Amino acid sequence: MSVATTAGPRPETDAGPRHAASDSGVGYPLTRASGLGLGLAMLWFSLLVLIPLTAVMVTASEAGWSGFWGTITNEQTAAAIRLTVGTALLVTLVNVVMGTAIAWVLVRDRFVGQRVLEILIDIPFALPTIVAGLVLLSLYGPKSPLGINVANTRPAVFLAFLFVTLPFVVRTVQPVLAELDREAEEAAASLGASRFTVFRRIVLPSITPAIAAGAALSFARGVSEYGSLVLLSGNLPHKTEVTSVRILSSIENDNLEGAAAVATILLVISLIVIVTVDILQRRLVRRG
Amino acid sequence: MSIEISHVSKRFGTFVALDDVSVSIPTGQLTALLGPSGGGKSTLLRIIAGLERADSGRVEIEGVDATNLPPQKRNVGFVFQHYAAFKHLTVRRNIAFGLEIRRRPKAEIRARVDELLALVHLEQFADRLPAQLSGGQRQRMALARALAVKPTVLLLDEPFGALDAKVRKELRDWLRRLHDEVHVTTVFVTHDQEEALEVADEIVVINEGRVEQVGSPDDLYDRPANDFVMRFLGPVTQLGDRLVRPHDLRITVGSAGPSDHAGVNGPASVTGRITRIVRVGFEVRVEVTTDDHVVTVTLPRSEFLELGLHTDAVVSVHQAAPARVAAGAA
Repeated sequence: MSVATTAGPRPETDAGPRHAASDSGVGYPLTRASGLGLGLAMLWFSLLVLIPLTAVMVTASEAGWSGFWGTITNEQTAAAIRLTVGTALLVTLVNVVMGTAIAWVLVRDRFVGQRVLEILIDIPFALPTIVAGLVLLSLYGPKSPLGINVANTRPAVFLAFLFVTLPFVVRTVQPVLAELDREAEEAAASLGASRFTVFRRIVLPSITPAIAAGAALSFARGVSEYGSLVLLSGNLPHKTEVTSVRILSSIENDNLEGAAAVATILLVISLIVIVTVDILQRRLVRRG
Repeated sequence: MSIEISHVSKRFGTFVALDDVSVSIPTGQLTALLGPSGGGKSTLLRIIAGLERADSGRVEIEGVDATNLPPQKRNVGFVFQHYAAFKHLTVRRNIAFGLEIRRRPKAEIRARVDELLALVHLEQFADRLPAQLSGGQRQRMALARALAVKPTVLLLDEPFGALDAKVRKELRDWLRRLHDEVHVTTVFVTHDQEEALEVADEIVVINEGRVEQVGSPDDLYDRPANDFVMRFLGPVTQLGDRLVRPHDLRITVGSAGPSDHAGVNGPASVTGRITRIVRVGFEVRVEVTTDDHVVTVTLPRSEFLELGLHTDAVVSVHQAAPARVAAGAA
């Protein structure tokens, strides 16, 4: 951990290189306060995250490698993992586009009902997921007033994921977009850049980290979703059963190791996706 | 005439930013739009750049009607007060931006950027990010970025406003030298009369959405069209019922006789008592209180010492240079 010091107004000197604290990489000795802060953060993180995660992995390993491998290659489990991860990725992709578009509208346009929309965005997040499931069932179930029945089909899973993950990209992108330097966009325009080029080369690099953060959250939430889809998806093995449902049924059948094995594989996949998103994001920003 | 603005008006809601403004800006010169904050000068600059649309009127750039052209098609370079740097791009890529948009060959871009880096003295900072530069360096980068595309006109909106006094002065001199080198038609907005007088070939004084006067710095200083211009362009004081520059006044010890030039324009000389003496560097500011008002006179220190002035001394004040505008006239 290095502590960045912010300098006051700098004199106009062309000579003398300046090092950003983050570039040096060498840590400063921690002060007492920051040492305490770091300790507290690590303790908190360990109690809430690291220890439970380790416990899951230990449980998963109890059945041995062959047990572990057997569980996750089980046809029904593998189908559930494919469906969950595939749908979560697809939903995340949709969110990246739609979430950015919604954030854009909320920040850049002024229209009647804006404040209302602003609040409505958070509803999928604020609603207990089972309530979300009920809402989806009554709207898109067998008795749909819209005449759309997706119950017991894969689109039901997609729809449920889409519903609960809607706010993530919107909420991460919105504040960043609001803080953007509009003059940089005007400068780009007067240098000859079309609206699309301005968006791609000036706006997008600035909001990419926020989009990536929202995408990671959205993916993670999708992978872990349970409440909103159990009612509508029907949990049909090989067809609409997702991993969280699969884990629950493993536990109900007293197969803790099996549940932990699936959990572990989900954990690894989520980690890979989040790291990939971060690498991708950095690359995009650097390319400009 | 390089930029021809005719009958341009612009409102923001009920606020009138520009009210039927017509002005011609000559080719190859450095023109200042000078006026108090909120007077409409930045709006006019943004209308020239196409960043703002005029409600009515016409803008012509180099003989081409630009009134309805988008900013992309106007070929103007614009420099903002707060730099408007592309934060995620290095200095080199910031400067290259306009050329990359125009899809110039890589070698040409590289050569042109190198040339501009040298022009703005940022060669050794080419690979830094804007956040790693000082304010003055960032503004020079912005200037190079605007010049890269060889604009027809260069527009600067309070370019030195965010910098501290010393850097501002340096950059001001540097801009003047740069302009003598590059010769692109340049318009810059400022509320600093000293900046305008020092740098500009021509000054357009704008106040409350109207053009008050257009002229060379000498014209405006010596022959202001009205009280506003007179007050805005330098120090003023009141002598009798006239506005005059305090450094154009002379002091003589003792009261003036009644025969002293009492013209039709009121007394050219007043008598009073010195109430305050302030020394500011090489100058001395003397306040003389007459029966009904206070006259401020500035004089060189040597002259002050020669006269042996002190507070409470009775002196007369008269004008040295020919009379200018009578108060309330114009």
